[in-house]
Amino acid sequence: MASPTPAPHFLRQSRWNPYLVGTAIGVLSWIVFAVVDKPLGVTTALTGLAGACAAPFLGTDTVAANAYFKSHVFKLDYGMLFLGGIALGGFLSAILSGSFRAEIIPTVWRERFGGSVAKRLVAAFVGGILAMYGARLADGCTSGNGISGSLQLAVGGWTFFLTLFASGILTSLVLFGTGRSSKN
Amino acid sequence: MHLLAAVTPPVTGPAALVASVVLGAIFGVLLHRGGVANYNVIVNQFRFRDFTVLKIMLTAIIVGGLGVLALNSVGLANYHIKAANMLGVVLGAAIFGVGMVLYGYCPGTAIAAAASGSIHGLVGLAGLLVGGTLYAFSFPWIAKNILPVAALGKVRLPDVTGVPAVVWFVALLAIALTVFFFIERAERRAAASAPS
Repeated sequence: MASPTPAPHFLRQSRWNPYLVGTAIGVLSWIVFAVVDKPLGVTTALTGLAGACAAPFLGTDTVAANAYFKSHVFKLDYGMLFLGGIALGGFLSAILSGSFRAEIIPTVWRERFGGSVAKRLVAAFVGGILAMYGARLADGCTSGNGISGSLQLAVGGWTFFLTLFASGILTSLVLFGTGRSSKN
Repeated sequence: MHLLAAVTPPVTGPAALVASVVLGAIFGVLLHRGGVANYNVIVNQFRFRDFTVLKIMLTAIIVGGLGVLALNSVGLANYHIKAANMLGVVLGAAIFGVGMVLYGYCPGTAIAAAASGSIHGLVGLAGLLVGGTLYAFSFPWIAKNILPVAALGKVRLPDVTGVPAVVWFVALLAIALTVFFFIERAERRAAASAPS
């Protein structure tokens, strides 16, 4: 971690202290609760976008007739704009810190599964399907259940948080085994 | 077009509109700078090789929770509790965990990652949209057979245990500080012994 060059300006550092980041996300949740009167979340709004994107493939009538999409209609409301904001923030942060770079196969994946682009992209796609399906079944993801639910001491939030970690640990044991490898 | 007709009026007023984008952007910056818009950091959390995710989440839960508790007690914030449909939450979280390790992101960090150059993150975003669509079309069956099982309603830990929220946060803080102490000590030792 020790760098020979002096630390860059705070806004240009590619990583911030995780406790500082956690504290800032906590404070952000105060603002979201107090100002927007909604919990901080991602997948509820993403469901509306899924419906909008499914419409050209499945037909607008099919999507419009679906009970779940009916209660998650695509609209440019707080939730959807918040998602756009995440993309904007991620982009600006990467540009400002000079860490924007195209990544197709991350290091940890390459060490275990090799350099096949197709393999990695299929895994990411299937993983995405499972993550979203699970998040909808649980009515929230790491943000909506894991952080927003848990910080309100919601029974569902803590159940999600603990089950997610148990499942993630088991899955990574199956996928990566226990063998030693480099950190990042 | 039918779809455009479904686009209801945007959030009330330009101020609220801008606020939503700004709040999201702050979240996006924090996810990226926190290091959790990085596949390696997320997967290595579940392999006990990197504790960034746990540090960020526990800190956010405690700081956020104490603040929202205070805001709520003076009437400045409402709780938004989701129904604890326990079978759905447990099954969903289990499936989510598999997906998160395979994908290397959760939905929020995936958006920040794709925007900071992750191509596989972008491909997985398409997976997220497909997953949402699959759920929507399985919803009638799920709503009938899964969600009603062990449905506890919109309950909080203080409701089901009788232990006040403040006590829960004191306990959480004690647990988190203990966990952080041991993580930091292990990381210092690893850094000292590693040739780097």
